[in-house]
Amino acid sequence: MKPNRLLAGALGLAVAGLAALPAFAAGALEGTAEKQAVNITAIVMFVLFVTGTLGITYWAAKRTRSTRDFYAAGGAITGFQNGLAIAGDYMSAASFLGISALVYGSGFDGLIYSIGFLVGWPIIMFLMAERLRNLGRYTFADIVSFRLRQTPVRVMAASGTLVVVAFYLIAQMVGAGQLIKLLFGLDYLYAVMIVGVLMILYVMFGGMLATTWVQIVKAVLLLGGASFIAVMVMAAFDFDFSALFAKGVEVHPKHQAIMAPGTLVKDPVSTISLGLALMFGTAGLPHILMRFFTVADAKEARKSVFWATSFIGYFYILTFIIGFGAIVLVSTNPQYLDVKGGLLGGSNMAAIHLAHAVGGDAMLGFISAVAFATILAVVAGLTLAGATAVSHDLYASVFRRGRASDAQEMRVSKYATLVLGVVAIVLGIAFEKQNIAFMVGLAFAVAASANFPVLILSMYWRNLTTLGAVVGGFIGLTTAVGLTVLGPAIWVKILGYAQPIFPYDAPALFSMIAAFAACWVVSLLDRSTAVRDEIRRFDALYIRAQTGIGAEGAAAH
Amino acid sequence: MPEDLVERVRRQPQFRELTRKRSVFAWTLAVAMLVIYYGFITVIAFWPTLLAAPLVDGGIVTLGFPLGIGVIVTAIVLTGAYVWRANTEFDRLNERIWEAVQ
Repeated sequence: MKPNRLLAGALGLAVAGLAALPAFAAGALEGTAEKQAVNITAIVMFVLFVTGTLGITYWAAKRTRSTRDFYAAGGAITGFQNGLAIAGDYMSAASFLGISALVYGSGFDGLIYSIGFLVGWPIIMFLMAERLRNLGRYTFADIVSFRLRQTPVRVMAASGTLVVVAFYLIAQMVGAGQLIKLLFGLDYLYAVMIVGVLMILYVMFGGMLATTWVQIVKAVLLLGGASFIAVMVMAAFDFDFSALFAKGVEVHPKHQAIMAPGTLVKDPVSTISLGLALMFGTAGLPHILMRFFTVADAKEARKSVFWATSFIGYFYILTFIIGFGAIVLVSTNPQYLDVKGGLLGGSNMAAIHLAHAVGGDAMLGFISAVAFATILAVVAGLTLAGATAVSHDLYASVFRRGRASDAQEMRVSKYATLVLGVVAIVLGIAFEKQNIAFMVGLAFAVAASANFPVLILSMYWRNLTTLGAVVGGFIGLTTAVGLTVLGPAIWVKILGYAQPIFPYDAPALFSMIAAFAACWVVSLLDRSTAVRDEIRRFDALYIRAQTGIGAEGAAAH
Repeated sequence: MPEDLVERVRRQPQFRELTRKRSVFAWTLAVAMLVIYYGFITVIAFWPTLLAAPLVDGGIVTLGFPLGIGVIVTAIVLTGAYVWRANTEFDRLNERIWEAVQ
């Protein structure tokens, strides 16, 4: 097969290119001072990961023939595998390094974030997982457009998807470049390009099957590495938590304050607004929603969520121990500190230095490679979700009105992957020096305010009309983006005005209310002739959502 | 889906039983999770000192830790409870509906 030969060639090129890069990059002296010495162990481990995952992609490419294979891995992923893959999508490098850094800096506050990220999962389980699987095929737009008019609804859903993917992807690409520069001593430019090229290869050739397995491999490596570090930390304290905490309180500059909520939580409105974004944003992230369509039926979808919740919860408990371990073992060791007493390479390095402290160079190399692998796997999932919105929602459903052949749709999805990948590389380079801290928050806010309201109402509320869904979705989208622009993160920190027009960092509380209110009011006022049919078709949706009768792939029962 | 099938499924007594039981159970768990999480967040926002209280007198571990870890464990336990009941009771009811309308 041609694509496979191409892939094999690319595999060789990528590995060879990677091996040649360090020497190349080491010669370049520009960039920030944070760039670390070339880390050979890490690079060897990373090359092993890349070789392995390109092998997976080669294997997956032979099994990816139809759009159902490409978008949904043929529906043949088991609940346990999918749970690991979902957990993998969720355990990004940002959450591993970021939350352990948060715990390192302020103790208890880190736990508040972890909990916020986790509690969306039970809600997805109780209210959405089974219905998603029973109603959907490849994208959440399939569900929203089940009984509503295809064209406007798909355009709206694809916009929501692409906006979320764009912000999330930029944040990941910039994070990847910075992190790799830090961990591997590679140049930012090369780091972003390696990530971009590998993600294009995974998705373009291996589709959802490769993306899922790359994610599973990475999840296992990350959980294994984090478990090892946490166990080593606990072993140093004879597995006695109070001894670990006592030592932490003793050595941390904030002392007893790290054992209680601190300054991270500013005011009640921000806290609740952020909580809403984290909880319901999860239920509106397109690359996560897509994973529900890769399993055989509702039962497997349920199991997926249970495994995902367990792994994610376990992982957050680990990051918490790791953060405390870093307080005790890293902040007390001058080897890891700069002259001012801060962490070498910045605060996000807490977990990385701790890996070295408990496991030496080998563990440092392993965790660095896993951090890189984590970013790769997450960007691959995002790219696939974006490409699917373009090829399945916009091209096949809107542009060709359902008349495109499977082969045509496949071809468009591969071009879309390539274009998205190139755009991601370009944006990653363009945003190198920008402050992108707000972007993941914005991605969650848009997911919670545009995708989630429309999706949940389409499954639960009989009277939702096409006009209501489209107006509500776009109002949620523009409000979330608009309030973020007018808020402190962009208006003050980037545009340089003295006072923000909108006082809070997290817009979700307001943009979600705006979206739900708009869906509700516009639907009730909608007098178009199609409305009666749309409401009548809710019965069929309800039966299928509840029983799975007529669901995609249900004939296999 | 043909309309007569929709009607037939809807008239199944098991279908009414399934949807009623499942929705009561799912919403109960969802509300429980929301109350626990937003209760936790509200305490953090309005009474942070409550969580700073030591778990045992003179001890270093504060009340916040078992509560925080408790929220994580509760999330896992509640999803597990849902899967367990859905995989047994609800799936049995659903199978009977499938058999009845086929």
